[in-house]
Amino acid sequence: MSAEITVDASRENIVELRNVSVNYGSAIALNNATHSVISGEWLGVIGANGAGKTTLLRSIARLTSYSGEVFVDGRATSELSRKEFAQLVAYVPQKPELPPDMRAIDYAALGRMPHLGYFGAEGPNDREIAGNLLERLGLSLLAERHLATMSGGELQRLVLARALAQEAPVLLLDEPTSALDLGRRVEALELVDELRLERGLTVISAMHDLSLAAQFAGQLVLLDAGSIVATGTAAEVLEEKLLDFHFGTQVRILHTEDGELVVVPRRTKPKGPHA
Amino acid sequence: MSTNRTSSTASSSRNTARSRLKVSAPVSARIPLLVTGLVLIVVVLLSAAIGPADVSLSTVIQVLLSHVPLVHFHSAASNSAFNQAIVWDIRLPRVVLGGLVGAMLAAGGASYQGVFRNPLADPYLLGVAAGAGLGATIVIVANSGSTALLPVAAFIGGAGAVTLTYLVGARFGGRSSGASIVLAGIAIAAIFTAAQTFLQQQHAQDLQAVYSWILGSLSLANWSDVWLILPYLMVSTAVLLAHRRLLDVLRLGEEEASSLGLNPQRIRLIVVAAATLGTAAAVSVSGLIGFVGIIVPHVVRRTTNASYRVVMPVSIVAGAAFLILADLVARTIESPAEVPLGVITAFVGGPFFIFVLRSRRAHEGVL
Repeated sequence: MSAEITVDASRENIVELRNVSVNYGSAIALNNATHSVISGEWLGVIGANGAGKTTLLRSIARLTSYSGEVFVDGRATSELSRKEFAQLVAYVPQKPELPPDMRAIDYAALGRMPHLGYFGAEGPNDREIAGNLLERLGLSLLAERHLATMSGGELQRLVLARALAQEAPVLLLDEPTSALDLGRRVEALELVDELRLERGLTVISAMHDLSLAAQFAGQLVLLDAGSIVATGTAAEVLEEKLLDFHFGTQVRILHTEDGELVVVPRRTKPKGPHA
Repeated sequence: MSTNRTSSTASSSRNTARSRLKVSAPVSARIPLLVTGLVLIVVVLLSAAIGPADVSLSTVIQVLLSHVPLVHFHSAASNSAFNQAIVWDIRLPRVVLGGLVGAMLAAGGASYQGVFRNPLADPYLLGVAAGAGLGATIVIVANSGSTALLPVAAFIGGAGAVTLTYLVGARFGGRSSGASIVLAGIAIAAIFTAAQTFLQQQHAQDLQAVYSWILGSLSLANWSDVWLILPYLMVSTAVLLAHRRLLDVLRLGEEEASSLGLNPQRIRLIVVAAATLGTAAAVSVSGLIGFVGIIVPHVVRRTTNASYRVVMPVSIVAGAAFLILADLVARTIESPAEVPLGVITAFVGGPFFIFVLRSRRAHEGVL
């Protein structure tokens, strides 16, 4: 899956976490996380609810205070200005704020903020970048529509367009497909993957659906109670006993004919008489 | 619809489909500004012409022209001392002051709605009105009769109350939450209003003076009021206009704005400080005129575009026109008596607001 990556000749670490811990009061949300992400890679962050997936993303995104160090492109993020950081890392939260009466093109153009001065307005070049992205994501006919009139799938792509307008090499996605139906989910992830290959992006995404994580993420990080408990490829991490233990349930892992892994949850209580 | 097209030669190396790409025009305030600007001019001329003493529109224009520097316009009408006194000395200061106050209240309202991401925010949200009311009441009850210190006291009270609100909100609410500042504003406003009401009850003989100040009036307007508040209003509106694009980014919420490289807390502080400075100055000469700060930005938002690039400049012009018109009604409807200006803004503004709410985009569920 990573064969076509163009920027990975150097294989350098673009994102590095060193002993990153986050506490919310007495609760430990992230415990001494250390991990490196190679440029151009798609890292899937998996784990049960509350395992620390979002916290991991937010500490990379500088949206939560943490101890330890995060490096992006070899520079400690704590030493970068807000603007410099926003030119390196684009973050899409799980539920982005979507002002209903904003036009799609203006929303996408907000992604150009990190490249503008404090009082500077976006120029024709910035609007062209935003317009090209709408076209790339199949939204050019909706450019002047208000967000209130767009569907969930269209909004998802629009949010991606805004993040890509930042032209940052690292893209953080928190549960990017949680609001989409099955078909739109695969579509959205395939789009992210195409863009990753086209632009040499590094993608770090929290993912609920383990089968989709297996299909799209080249590397996985499994979190439990704030600690990284397993890392590696899907084949290495998605192992029945490991998942049973860390998700507190029972799963079965199936292998499809074309070599994909499918993770199926199993019910733990016997079937009732009329089920 | 958009009119711009990217040049097809500039990016010839790209595929041809992209070179024909249509780039949507940026949000523009030009047309709404033109329309509201024309309305403002008409309203100014009408307001200068209408009143107990009849002055024709052409006389008004001639008197105005005679005051334009470098034009050296003179005519029989403009040379008349009577016309000069009515138009230039009596009506025009009131019209200009009304315009300035209306523009400021509308800009302040739009700003507060932007930084607190709350469509119900108005410029009095953080205690300007309560503070100014207390300041004015102290002066009125302390030396009945003299009102020279009244604007100063109202200004200090208004700006002081908001400063206190900000300190309390930031001290106890943490730096991330605009909500804690709004809650602090409610508490501070309640305390200041209680103090003001207590003072007012203790000095029942001044009740009339206090009450008429609180309801808002421009009846004592003169050119020195205009010069007094003009510097504050110019600084304030310049800062607010300069931040109109950043207010658009804040519409995404603090986290997303900060992941786009902004510092939302600092922007909020700057915008609130500027809006408060201007609002306190406006209130100090006009009293507490309600409703303008909510109704004007909302009507602009719903009839034109929700972007602050449009809402901010157009609200300033529309706010000026609205308040001049409201003041015209206030001083003519029961002439020679005057109806409090705050009564008119609410009485005229309320139904109009409801009409706009009903007619436009209600089906989209856009607040």
